[in-house]
Amino acid sequence: MTVTNAEPRFESVPAVREGLAGVNYLADEGIAGVVYLADRLQKPVLIEGPAGTGKTQLAKSIAELTGSRLIRLQCYEGLDESKALYEWNYKKQLLRIQVERNEDDKATWTDIEEDIFAEDFLLTRPLLEAIRATDPVVLLIDEVDRVEVETEALLLEILSDYQVSIPELGTVQATQVPLVFLTSNNTRELSEALKRRCLYLHLDYPDLAREKEIVLARVPGITENLADQIARVVRSIRQLELKKAPSVSETIDWARTLLLLGATEISEAQATETLHILLKYQSDIEKAAKELSAAAS
Amino acid sequence: MLDVLEGFIQELRTAGLPVSLTENLDAMEAVQHIPMEDREAFKYALAATLVKSHAHWKAFETVFEVYFSLRRPAPGDEADLENDVDAGNLQLDESGAAGAGAMDSLSPEELAEMLYRALLNADEATLKALARQAVTRFAGMEPGRPVGGTYYLYRTLRNLDLDGVLERLMEASKEQAGGELTSLEERLERDEYQERIAQLRQEIEAEIRRRLVADRGPEAMARTLRKPLPEDVDFMHASRDEMAQLRRTIQPLARKLAVRLARKRRHGRKGPLDFRNTMRHSLSYGGVPAEPKFRYPRPAKPEIIVVADISGSVAAFARFTLMFVYAIASQFSRVRAFVFIDGIDEVTRFFEGTEDVNQAVHRVNTEADVIWVDGHSDYGHAFQVFWEKWGREVSPKSSVILLGDARNNYHSSQAWIVKELQQRARHVYWLNPEPRSYWDTGDSIVSEYGAHCDGVYECRNLRQLERFVEQLG
Repeated sequence: MTVTNAEPRFESVPAVREGLAGVNYLADEGIAGVVYLADRLQKPVLIEGPAGTGKTQLAKSIAELTGSRLIRLQCYEGLDESKALYEWNYKKQLLRIQVERNEDDKATWTDIEEDIFAEDFLLTRPLLEAIRATDPVVLLIDEVDRVEVETEALLLEILSDYQVSIPELGTVQATQVPLVFLTSNNTRELSEALKRRCLYLHLDYPDLAREKEIVLARVPGITENLADQIARVVRSIRQLELKKAPSVSETIDWARTLLLLGATEISEAQATETLHILLKYQSDIEKAAKELSAAAS
Repeated sequence: MLDVLEGFIQELRTAGLPVSLTENLDAMEAVQHIPMEDREAFKYALAATLVKSHAHWKAFETVFEVYFSLRRPAPGDEADLENDVDAGNLQLDESGAAGAGAMDSLSPEELAEMLYRALLNADEATLKALARQAVTRFAGMEPGRPVGGTYYLYRTLRNLDLDGVLERLMEASKEQAGGELTSLEERLERDEYQERIAQLRQEIEAEIRRRLVADRGPEAMARTLRKPLPEDVDFMHASRDEMAQLRRTIQPLARKLAVRLARKRRHGRKGPLDFRNTMRHSLSYGGVPAEPKFRYPRPAKPEIIVVADISGSVAAFARFTLMFVYAIASQFSRVRAFVFIDGIDEVTRFFEGTEDVNQAVHRVNTEADVIWVDGHSDYGHAFQVFWEKWGREVSPKSSVILLGDARNNYHSSQAWIVKELQQRARHVYWLNPEPRSYWDTGDSIVSEYGAHCDGVYECRNLRQLERFVEQLG
């Protein structure tokens, strides 16, 4: 790999952590460590974990922290080259051919061909855009597990060598190595080839102290006491065997709700009434309500 | 340093983690950027480059602990070890280290009191020191003794009586609140203390390992700690912890499988030309059939009939298979479940109308009527009853899955029923949770039944179960 910009973005692991805290993203040791390494090793980061733990937010926050432009490629089934990498603007090409035919009769086939397969007629899509950008960018490839295994291969060249090969133009090399984040909700096993090229980060539900801090940072006006209680109730609920455990974003929603309701501390009744914000399955809600109100002794 | 890393990666590979050469090189590069003194960051750096699946994290953590956190120069005497440990935890509070020295002279009662206070105030430094002290005092470790870490752990914990401490803590918080706690508060308090006690346990476990490593060396220690990865855990010999872990892996696994099956169904091969559709689309090209359309085959979803032996030895296996099949029930047109020991009962009703598969399986275990005479497996009789009562409902659309080790206690086999089933059903499969080498030994008559099945599969762990279900869909 050609190192086009050796200037590292971050000083040290704690610096990453503090920086992220500055943009309201509370990272733990693992997250900060992996981001730091990704910068130093110039490797993409594959982030996996349950929904709503801040996978996409991490990329956004890094972009904000480094003052980079965020380029986002949302993956879906059926995504192909022309939507991810580049496409020829064939309407413009047609026009060009017409114009050339009118003004000059001597234009040969090769002239036209050279003419219409030039950069002017190239429509860049997120991946190529990230490679060609001259300003600092963060590339986010969201929910990469949604594309088919075959489409994954599209990403390999860009992930390992930061380049895109266009048959008619040649290879486009990155002018600077962007920070790349891939997120996956783990609906299928990603291919070995993809995993091998990435650093792996598993984002799990945060521990008690971190969750409390997240609530404090994200919900302005909340009291420390209430945040603490919220974090503790959520931890309790996550210990149950549920279909879908409450995510961090749901915790935040819950905290906002309680704040709006004017609660200063959580009573049993209030917790049970607002459970539907934390949990999204009826069977889960019933189970949690039963557990929370059943006397433990 | 590189040698240690080499051995470490070797051990990861032996533990079953797929570590490729590139990943190996990445790890080497990564450690140059992270100072080794920062254990946590170092650990995450290695994990990010070497472990690419969350299921493997636990295995990685164990090996890491043995190779890095616990590595000591040489087994020394007690005092030496103590100093080493403190040196390794320099960030640890001074008072913790000082406390450890002073603790030797404490009486057991004073020690228990100290433990209680530390847990109450979540005083981590003291807890660490206490864990060390408890191991020194209670575990009775002798160098070279060939006992596993669990034995020492058990001895230490028995002396600490953590359950009693938990009750005391709960009492204390009750008093603090001035009388009674509401049940929610009580639950939260209990969770908090349990968490702290769990931390203490981990600390003690780590301490024991630390000493064992000092005694035996990391290579030997890693060997004794080597555990199968979740997908390789044998159903028949899983411990309770492993069972709980398996149950947790089953949901995500089933979800993945369901997605894969659905995809397979959609992206099947092309069918014959769809003439009508092609003509309709040709209109937009002025009647030229420029875009041929094909009829995509839509294979019918199979109906699944599971007939499972739930007698003692294979019960865990049957439970898992039922859970798994029901977790992807949406991929089948219908799932019916029967369980037997020597009698047989239909249990489909437990699963219908409930979202909670665990609950349903629990009801199967407690409510199903499966005992006919003595509660020893009798495949012959169970199959006979099945054939008489429900045999007519087996149709060419249904796939029948028979689960069990075919240990028939020398009753008559009635294998003709399986033959009849095969003629009537689309497929008949047999899943056996025993290793292939045990088949047809003793009272196992699996090949007698197997002769009439479309396939007999060894199904000892999640990996094998997953593979089987995938080809079924």
